[in-house]
Amino acid sequence: MTVTVEKTPAAAQKEQAHRTGRRAGRTGRPHAVWALPGVLFFTFFAVVPMALALYLSFTSWDGLGDPRPVGLDNWRKLLDDPRMTQSLWLTVVLTVASWAFQTVVALLLGVWAAGRQRNRAILSAVFFVPFLLSSTAIAILFYALLDPNFGIIQKDTLGSQSGAFLAIVFVGGWQFIPFHTLIYQGGARQIPEVLYQAAAIDGAGRYRQFFSITLPQLRHTITTSTVLMVVGSLTYFETVLILTKGGPGTDTAILPYLMYEAGFKTYDFGYASAIASFLVIAATGLSLVLVRLTGFGAMRSTREGM
Amino acid sequence: MESSRGQFTGTTAGRSTGSGAGGRPFSRRWFLGAGSASMLTAGLGAGLTACGSGGGSGGGDGKTLTAFVYGDDAVKVQQAGVDRFNKSAAAKKAGGTIKLQKVPGSDYSPKLRTAMGSPSAPDIFFNWGGGSIKPYEEADKLVDLTDIIEGDPVLKDGFLPSVLAAGDLGGRHYGIPMRGMQPVILFYNKSVFAEHKLQPPTTWDQLLDINAKLKKAKITPFALGGSDVWPELMWLEYLVDRIGGPEVFKRIQDGDAEGWGDPAVVRAAELVKELIDDGAFGSKFTSVSYVNGGAPAVFARGKAAMHLMGSWEYSTQLGKFPDFAKSNLGWAAFPTVEGGTGDVRNVVGNPTNYWSINARTKNKDLAVGFLKDCASKAYAQALIDNGDVPTTSNAAELLASSPNPEYAKFQYDMVQQAPAFTLSWDQALGDGLGTKMHTEIGKLFAGQSSPSEFVTACKGLK
Repeated sequence: MTVTVEKTPAAAQKEQAHRTGRRAGRTGRPHAVWALPGVLFFTFFAVVPMALALYLSFTSWDGLGDPRPVGLDNWRKLLDDPRMTQSLWLTVVLTVASWAFQTVVALLLGVWAAGRQRNRAILSAVFFVPFLLSSTAIAILFYALLDPNFGIIQKDTLGSQSGAFLAIVFVGGWQFIPFHTLIYQGGARQIPEVLYQAAAIDGAGRYRQFFSITLPQLRHTITTSTVLMVVGSLTYFETVLILTKGGPGTDTAILPYLMYEAGFKTYDFGYASAIASFLVIAATGLSLVLVRLTGFGAMRSTREGM
Repeated sequence: MESSRGQFTGTTAGRSTGSGAGGRPFSRRWFLGAGSASMLTAGLGAGLTACGSGGGSGGGDGKTLTAFVYGDDAVKVQQAGVDRFNKSAAAKKAGGTIKLQKVPGSDYSPKLRTAMGSPSAPDIFFNWGGGSIKPYEEADKLVDLTDIIEGDPVLKDGFLPSVLAAGDLGGRHYGIPMRGMQPVILFYNKSVFAEHKLQPPTTWDQLLDINAKLKKAKITPFALGGSDVWPELMWLEYLVDRIGGPEVFKRIQDGDAEGWGDPAVVRAAELVKELIDDGAFGSKFTSVSYVNGGAPAVFARGKAAMHLMGSWEYSTQLGKFPDFAKSNLGWAAFPTVEGGTGDVRNVVGNPTNYWSINARTKNKDLAVGFLKDCASKAYAQALIDNGDVPTTSNAAELLASSPNPEYAKFQYDMVQQAPAFTLSWDQALGDGLGTKMHTEIGKLFAGQSSPSEFVTACKGLK
């Protein structure tokens, strides 16, 4: 089915090219210039700020006056700071916990949503709603729900380490599972029906089909989703700021929060930039490792006959 | 933040899978070339903007000056002041008007800091005096108001000298008082106290005794907005003052980190720890906030019997629980601690807030003219009407017209008679140290560090 969809426009284009008399070899290949707006935007809003942050990480700057070069001081502090160690650990745990929670739920929901049950489309749309809300609104909503005296769960949820941590994982999952469900839904729909038909003939049941066909066929989707989740967890911020402010004490002060605190509460922009640069490096490195480990980069087709 | 970044990565990842089917992937060399070319242009652009920021202030032509103010309920007093001033002869003479920009409270400090380093810096801005404006003074961004005040009878005689001095840096004035006094007061729920036949405590032992009785009656003794941390700080401020006097913190404020090791600080941290373990703040205080109204609600609804808070608690309660504020809200001074050397009349809190002027303003006369309005009777009356006690020298005669004259008089006398008024530690230390101290206090209250660990950690702050 996918094969025909992809071929039709290409064939039509070719036909049209013949009609207008242009050489066939030049059609269907966008010129590199088309990438220019994207490259420019990316440069202005990502590359330049990153370069500036890297520069700032070698300076001492309180936001007023001029940054003063201090060499590797901020980076040395990064290695020595016990709060940094704690933050890094918290970030790793948060990333793993979020990944486990979101992947399991999103995978199951996505595979289910790819089917043809009644009301599936309506339910899928409902599931997607949390992703459309702003993170801030969601965090404020859950903060009210978790209020120890006037909320629906009148426990000291956000005042205990495990409670605050689980709340952050849960709220993050609540928000982002819909997005990953969508990815898995798309992935699951790409799996050729013939595989299931063949499996059914061979007598494979539902679970066997899931573990032997669906899951292996989704492995690249899992990689995509995992990279997004990992990078997302590394930059998880608003929810922590609003729900716990890194507390109780420093129990949920993950790296992005530590960066915010260093920058916008203690006005140590040099150190904040060092943490930011570290985050960029870590996120890029992790993505590359994930892609490499999963064989995602090899670009082998998983589809039969393609 | 996550969603946008996630989506971005998503598109790139998606495109690279599809690249085999669709267009030809661009060569690496092309990308590098295009990338560095655009980076050059972008870099130049960024450089130019950076240079531009050195120039002017937010005023533009100097006809309209911007004033940044902390945007809470009390801001209506400043708005009325601006409106009055803009119509006044003084404004016409100086040739311009003031525009008030209300910045939501929790974002005030970072917003001010970023604005002050940018071309859209305010001409006039609200602050807490002392350490809170030190970085601006060091960066030569403040107008030294000392001579202006000395040379102007309206300003010179307009304010209580102690309050004017409390916002000083190195004996020079950089600010004009513009809000009410903000001493920290021990508030209590009169009906809860009456029901259990209690009197507000005057000694620490009485306080512990009251705690025991309240807990027996299943009432949390104290409301505490622990998730904000600064309400927790108030306990340490008063305890250190009562145990060792104002000199203990003065030493720390003056830069001697060893001052954290003073026996008074150690003892205060131990007393706090005992209170927490004893359940004086209940079991959920670390997730209760003051800013979002959590702690005031716990207090007003009788779930907690007392609340150690700044004088603004009165207007907060008046806004949210007017009946409680009018009939059941009681107030008292912080009790003495046995064996302590601090005077029971000493006060901690914020003497007031100040307006300061950006040195780069294009119309200093207009700015100074506006600040003079804060010494006017009309301005002081507006503060009184809002339930605040002004720091102007004519405040005493206005107290009777306060919505709660009794409370206004208590506050005024408290500040007037105080041998020492210690500025809130976080404001006195400035944002850098203040924030790090908050972290340590948060850990102490959350049970993540012991009193001795707290003291050691504070000694190491810089």
